[in-house]
Amino acid sequence: MDTLKNVEKIKGLEKALSELLNSSDSDFETLSSFKEIEKKIEKLRVGYLSKLSPWDKVKLARHAKRPTSLDYINHIFGDFIELHGDRLFRDDESIVGGIATINGKAVTIIAQQKGKTTEENIKRNFGMPHPEGYRKALRLMKQAEKFNRPIITFVDTPGAYPGLGAEERGQGEAIARNLFEMSRLSVPVLAIVIAEGGSGGALALAVANHVYMLENSIYSILSPEGYASILWKDSSKASEAAEVMKLTAQDLIKINIIEKIINEPVGGAHEFPGITAENVKEAIIEFLEEFEDKSNSYIIKQRYNKFRDIGEYRRLSDLL
Amino acid sequence: MTLKDAFEKRKTDLNEFKEKRRKIRPFIKGDDKIPEGLYEKCPSCEASLHSEQVKNNSFICTECGEHIRVRAIDRIYLTTDKYSFKEYGSDYLSKNPLNIENYEDKLRKLKDSNGINEAYVYGTARINGEKCVIGVMDSYFLMGSMGSVVGEKVTKTFELATAKNVPVIIFTASGGARMQEGIYSLMQMAKTSTEIAKFSEGGGLYISVLTHPTTGGVTASFATLGDIIIAEPKALIGFAGPRVIEQTIGQTLPEGFQRSEFLLSKGFIDKVVHRNDIKPLLGKLLKLHRRSDA
Repeated sequence: MDTLKNVEKIKGLEKALSELLNSSDSDFETLSSFKEIEKKIEKLRVGYLSKLSPWDKVKLARHAKRPTSLDYINHIFGDFIELHGDRLFRDDESIVGGIATINGKAVTIIAQQKGKTTEENIKRNFGMPHPEGYRKALRLMKQAEKFNRPIITFVDTPGAYPGLGAEERGQGEAIARNLFEMSRLSVPVLAIVIAEGGSGGALALAVANHVYMLENSIYSILSPEGYASILWKDSSKASEAAEVMKLTAQDLIKINIIEKIINEPVGGAHEFPGITAENVKEAIIEFLEEFEDKSNSYIIKQRYNKFRDIGEYRRLSDLL
Repeated sequence: MTLKDAFEKRKTDLNEFKEKRRKIRPFIKGDDKIPEGLYEKCPSCEASLHSEQVKNNSFICTECGEHIRVRAIDRIYLTTDKYSFKEYGSDYLSKNPLNIENYEDKLRKLKDSNGINEAYVYGTARINGEKCVIGVMDSYFLMGSMGSVVGEKVTKTFELATAKNVPVIIFTASGGARMQEGIYSLMQMAKTSTEIAKFSEGGGLYISVLTHPTTGGVTASFATLGDIIIAEPKALIGFAGPRVIEQTIGQTLPEGFQRSEFLLSKGFIDKVVHRNDIKPLLGKLLKLHRRSDA
């Protein structure tokens, strides 16, 4: 039933087996039968992982050990210079922004940042930005445009923060402004959903030329819990909601909402963060190469067309 | 179903649709026909009001002055010059991309009871003689929620205005993005905002009029992107709904929070305008922005 639990069990078995292999001075025959068992376990593991349900992916995306934006930034770029503040109200630490280089080329990075400890999460407001976070992001995007730097955004948020101050300072306007301004940026924009892409709060960093998702990340109109509570008046039906919402990378690439899925190691990004980061890096480099020679007008038009075409409807006049 | 049956069904659908539009049209054109003997309750002071009286008072409560929610066709009637409105894109229909149970039934019933096919109506019109393209959300249709059809029609509104070289006026009234269409609805926020940015770059004027309620994904996209933003008195306008905020912060919200007057004082809208004053104001603004080449 619970695929993730099975994966945990298999991992336990593997660990025990490898300890045995390392410690015992068994003869060749036992050793080779150990190897057989190991192969079987591996097969099981891959089998189970291919059967991960959308709800399993929701859990992986929210896994406490899942790498956060700064883990990727530090691994991929190394020379990141962080820049703070929206110049209007304050610095929102749930969004990190700055300049770095990749392959010798300068880029602007904007990333939603969750914490790993309670203390960090309070500082980062659990990755839920206020309007000033979105306005900082916009300031840095405009700066990137001025200096002709491509923009890479990392999306990881349960959603924009629903609080008094956020409303008072125009959360809706801040998100809308980002959607509006991002659509006309003359530099290439790549958005990567690394874990949780929740609602308008995620979209406000994702009006991009290309949108990529990590294999076990999610991107949706609302959390599955919220969705179940609105549609079925029952938030405990979150796993059912996850099934119908088309929130996995695999669902979203089929309907052209995203362009690419970035592979994660078996067991999830947190199992081998370094490998995951390398995969992300490769995807970024490919993106930058693809857009290197593109004109400003092409960049704007390609992005416009991507979003202009999204929608599922029919017209009565088409039926005749 | 055979191909012939399918074709017949489509024909019946279309005839039904045409019939409905025919019934609706006189109302839009300003003939004061309203079913007699209907009473309704004011949602604010709960006074029992005669529907006709309410209608003749621009759907404002005769007792307490509450601006009662207005259907799209009534809003068009109230705002545009008689016989000037010409609807576009009335035949857009939603699909059920996530296969949500009962969604299609719900839409069908709403279509029957409201006489419109979706939660948004748009077309060309004149306001005090000035040409414009006007779009109106209908909060009686699934809370005016934005799915693929609303997103596409809002986008078309700006394309139509570009083609006609006239300003856009949109009356918003919406609970936000439409849950039943999931990620497609979320993407309509990006789609509409993208179109508005293009329209704006071309020098087009866009006036948004926020009415009760305007929340969620609509607030976080086209509602707040007007060059000029007007709101009706006491309209609820916000990103997160009041209930969600109360749950998050664990306290009740102060009186007047997220209402038009609050947003005015915080600097997010240009004006709070009484319903009866909206048409004259729009007329003036359109005249001020009249283009010599239009």
